[in-house]
Amino acid sequence: MQERSAGAIAVALGVVVLGIAVGYETSQIPMSPAYAKVGPKAFPTMVAAGLILLGLALFLQAWTGEWKAEEEENSGPPDWRALGWVGFGLAVNVALIGVLGFILSSTVLFASIARGFGSRKPLRDLGIAFVFSAVCYLGFAKVLGINMGSGILERFL
Amino acid sequence: MDTLAQLANGFGVALTPMNLVWSFTGVALGTAIGVLPGLGPALTIALLLPITYKVDATGAFILFAGIYYGAMYGGSTTSILLNTPGESATIITSLEGNKMARRGRGGAALATAAIGSFVAGTIGTMGLTFLAPIVVDFALKFGPAEYFSLMILAFVTVSAVLGNSAIRGLTALFFGIWLGLIGVDLQTGQARFTFGVLELLDGVNVIVVAVGLFAVGETIHLAARHRYGQDEILPVKDSLWMTREDWGRSWKAWLRGSAVGFPIGALPAGGAEVPTFLSYYMEKKLSKKPEEFGHGAIEGVAGPEAANNASAAGVLVPMLTLGLPTSATAAIMLSAFQSYGINPGPQLLMTQSNLVWGLIASLYIGNVMLLILNLPLIGLWVKILAIPAPLLYGGILVFATIGTYGISQSPIDLVLLYVIGGIGFLMRKYDFPTAPVIIGLILGPLAEQEFRRAMTIAQGDLTVLVTRPLSLTLLILAALALVGPHAYRWWAKAR
Repeated sequence: MQERSAGAIAVALGVVVLGIAVGYETSQIPMSPAYAKVGPKAFPTMVAAGLILLGLALFLQAWTGEWKAEEEENSGPPDWRALGWVGFGLAVNVALIGVLGFILSSTVLFASIARGFGSRKPLRDLGIAFVFSAVCYLGFAKVLGINMGSGILERFL
Repeated sequence: MDTLAQLANGFGVALTPMNLVWSFTGVALGTAIGVLPGLGPALTIALLLPITYKVDATGAFILFAGIYYGAMYGGSTTSILLNTPGESATIITSLEGNKMARRGRGGAALATAAIGSFVAGTIGTMGLTFLAPIVVDFALKFGPAEYFSLMILAFVTVSAVLGNSAIRGLTALFFGIWLGLIGVDLQTGQARFTFGVLELLDGVNVIVVAVGLFAVGETIHLAARHRYGQDEILPVKDSLWMTREDWGRSWKAWLRGSAVGFPIGALPAGGAEVPTFLSYYMEKKLSKKPEEFGHGAIEGVAGPEAANNASAAGVLVPMLTLGLPTSATAAIMLSAFQSYGINPGPQLLMTQSNLVWGLIASLYIGNVMLLILNLPLIGLWVKILAIPAPLLYGGILVFATIGTYGISQSPIDLVLLYVIGGIGFLMRKYDFPTAPVIIGLILGPLAEQEFRRAMTIAQGDLTVLVTRPLSLTLLILAALALVGPHAYRWWAKAR
């Protein structure tokens, strides 16, 4: 008997829960009699059933210890500091992109990710990040014409 | 001879100055992202999907095809010099290629990889040229029932046959199909799985899913595992000219690799991993110097590299003739067809003959450009490898923001991007393949459409799927692909 992985069990249960949620949502789709035979519910029902069955099969594999996270064997716990910086960068980007605009928000994102990947030169990173984001904005918004929204700096470009 | 006339016409399209520029941009960009570990053609094409609003279809597809082919060339450079495969299909190349580079034979390894890719890419493109019209003739007989069964077969082979576990592959596929169902049902106008969020009515954008899984998920994964230490980049000490012996040992491996790669790529099973493995073991068996394998045998680079490129051409056969994507990259290219309002399928060769034959002709041209870009100019690409990881991944996430925020300027899409990135991270951690998610997302709604068409024609009679002989054959093949490997293992154990 191999050791089981709590994470794998949680993932398996997550798949089952998703399947049940899909099934419930499917039952809430209103049905018109004209489409009674193969309406908008047929396929989602199959997907829900598939997810529940697959989730149960995964649970079985996780419970018997046949399946677990690959790195739990060959490396230690995740690097929480690095994950924290990455998470911080992503959260800041979501929160600020509407307020500050793409360039400044992406500058913070870039520098946080660089920090998460072990860079110890925050000022240099911020500088590179700013230039990179500004060049990207000019390239995508001005040359390719993709709408990147407005912001503090974008107004002047 | 009709095919050759069409191809000549295609060269007329591909050789216009603008399309040559697209092709060159594609192959150069493709080589660059192939060289960079962590970036692949699927992600790059997804990020470039917004150009479909600005550029004509022919130009866009020539660009995408160039990226697709270029990434195969670039990936081998990374495998040889860095031992970190840039592309999953080039894992095998690093086995022998990196050993050759360590022994100071990096130049010869790069040369045999590039020339082999050129030979195989050209043979594969010729295969595509002559096979495509034949498949189309056959596919015109397909009704909705046959299409649905064919998609089931493709679903099974891409998720259950490739990869480590059929159950995890199928879970990824079903998750992708569910994502594809989100939004307004086009036949009845009903909203499905939108949870009252307005942004979801249009469905989940393939850009968000591809970028979330491949860019955000990969970044979180690498950060968590601390796997970003700079690997040593091996210098190329020897000349890029292969010796007489190198040529003698390489050319047969190139041809054999192409012979293995193209048919496997063209089957609705797809994937470049299987043919590269097969080619490697074949070369090991056939080699006159099997003792060199594991220490830098040139056949072990030449064969798999050829197989990889030939299968890349093969994947385009079901894509262009049946509208059936069998890799994540092909699925994203299919969604580009959809955004032009072009229905990929057997009619494509007739209705969009300029586009398809221009695309095929551009592949021949792109291959020549890639040979030049990857041999004399190899030093340029090696420099890209020296970009430090913190800046590389910072840049990747800024690109991810552009791809997503540029769709709707809505932070909701960014939240969705990061949620899918988190799921992608979990999938990497727990060894789920990610390509089936993309294929399910694109192919799932098409499968549903064919299923409902088939049922409408048959007046709700499910048996139509098994009473039509062609449809039944495809379903039996799918069942064999699903159960076969397990039955074989069980049988082998029992003996």
